[in-house]
Amino acid sequence: MTAKRNVYVWAVRLMMWLAIGLTSALTLFVVCYVLVQGIPHLSWQFLSTKPSYLSGNIGILPDILNTVYIVIATLLIVLPLGVGAAVYLTEYATNQKLVGIIEYAAEALSGIPSIIYGLVGMLMFSNNFGTCLMAGALTLAIMNLPTIMRNTQESLKTVPQSYREGAFGLGAGKWRVIRTVVLPNCIDGVITGCILSVGRILGESAALLFTAGFAHSLNGFVEGLNSAGATLTVALYVYAKEQGEFGVAFAIAAILMVLVFYINLAATAVTKYFEKKNAV
Amino acid sequence: MNKPIITVRDMNLWYGQTQALKNINIDIPEKSITALIGPSGCGKSTFLKSLNRMQDLVPSVKITGDICYQGQDIFEAEVNNLRKEIGMVFQKPNPFPMSIYDNIAYGPRTHGTKNKAQLDEIVEKALRGAAIWDEVKDRLKKNALGLSGGQQQRVCIARALAVEPKVLLMDEPTSALDPISTSRIEDLAMELKEKYTIVIVTHNMQQAVRISDQTAFFLLGDLVEYGNTEELFSQPKDKRTEDYITGRFG
Repeated sequence: MTAKRNVYVWAVRLMMWLAIGLTSALTLFVVCYVLVQGIPHLSWQFLSTKPSYLSGNIGILPDILNTVYIVIATLLIVLPLGVGAAVYLTEYATNQKLVGIIEYAAEALSGIPSIIYGLVGMLMFSNNFGTCLMAGALTLAIMNLPTIMRNTQESLKTVPQSYREGAFGLGAGKWRVIRTVVLPNCIDGVITGCILSVGRILGESAALLFTAGFAHSLNGFVEGLNSAGATLTVALYVYAKEQGEFGVAFAIAAILMVLVFYINLAATAVTKYFEKKNAV
Repeated sequence: MNKPIITVRDMNLWYGQTQALKNINIDIPEKSITALIGPSGCGKSTFLKSLNRMQDLVPSVKITGDICYQGQDIFEAEVNNLRKEIGMVFQKPNPFPMSIYDNIAYGPRTHGTKNKAQLDEIVEKALRGAAIWDEVKDRLKKNALGLSGGQQQRVCIARALAVEPKVLLMDEPTSALDPISTSRIEDLAMELKEKYTIVIVTHNMQQAVRISDQTAFFLLGDLVEYGNTEELFSQPKDKRTEDYITGRFG
């Protein structure tokens, strides 16, 4: 009996070790492979110039800037919408049935494959004001709306009712209570939502292929939003698939991986910071 | 008894289908302490929260009858002004997670005071009024959540005083506090009645005896007996009051 049991225990243990080993090995392999393939192609010139067919130069500065532009533009659009919707749903809406339906719709929205957003974005935005970063940002804003909204909502629900009561008891109106007591206490949820969204925007390619275009021209913020442009992920796709420049693609992949790593670090740091602050 | 500042006539209150208060009639005299006592669930807190319309925050609540503050129907008054006049201190200390100064200044700022010098003055006066100025004067910019429970509760009282209310509703303000903090708050209440009308819900009958001028005994949504505290505790008129204060139930 004990012998049988021992065999069983060891078999299970072995399987768990195998699973852990495989998972870590795969992750490590992907990370190392990308870094080994990508890093040799990284240089200051690569990061700080734009590509030119005449000189044969390949530089990704425009793609980096486009990525930054699209992140900023998307957040500028999605933040007021998402936070506003969350405040309405948690603080104002009285029809719980309607709130439930909207929350369910938002959940469903976040499960839709991004290429569908791309298609819709193309028909709605690109066909009306051209293929440009702004069309991409609008599409990504719709895509990230549920993330911002749900994170803010969850955070609003954690603000103690006693804070609201205290403020109402002093004769503060509803909007003042929300603005001065409720919102400042759920800023962590908003920031977490933002960081998750930034990660998603950085990694998005399908929706942008349809809407934002592939150009590599160097533009300022406003001009950039009005013209077509590739973000890093789109550039990665273009270099790998259409120009066969795998070295360049891996270099971009390495940059993206490092960026995502830092964003995750930032998310953890922010969460820790607010946990500490709230624990006073 | 002083002249009444709050008068309640034939008041009934329902939460959905459940009636929580039945036919309440009471006059609350100004510049005195009125204690509301009774077992849990008797409706005393519910009644207290009706007086400054905090019940508006509960969606399913329905109130009939008249509640008048200084002769005016509270349901016709502007609710934010009413709550400025009738302040509230809650059972659990609930300072906002901001500095002590900002906590006290919250009410005055809400009602339009922006001037820094004026706010400084109000904050000091309110904190002195709540007998906590000496303890916090050097740390006004520190987060109020860093204070002890008793200090937090006095900051909450100061916060309520800062908007210069006429009436202060206290919902078991000492039930979450240790005996020393409790006696501080009781002393404070005794001082405050010189200028303010205080209505206090308490579970603690000794507390009611120690500090209140009138006592109202609630049971199962009824106001069973209301009168001078000494008389109510020494010669209760109603059998149920006698049973409660002698500890036969509750």
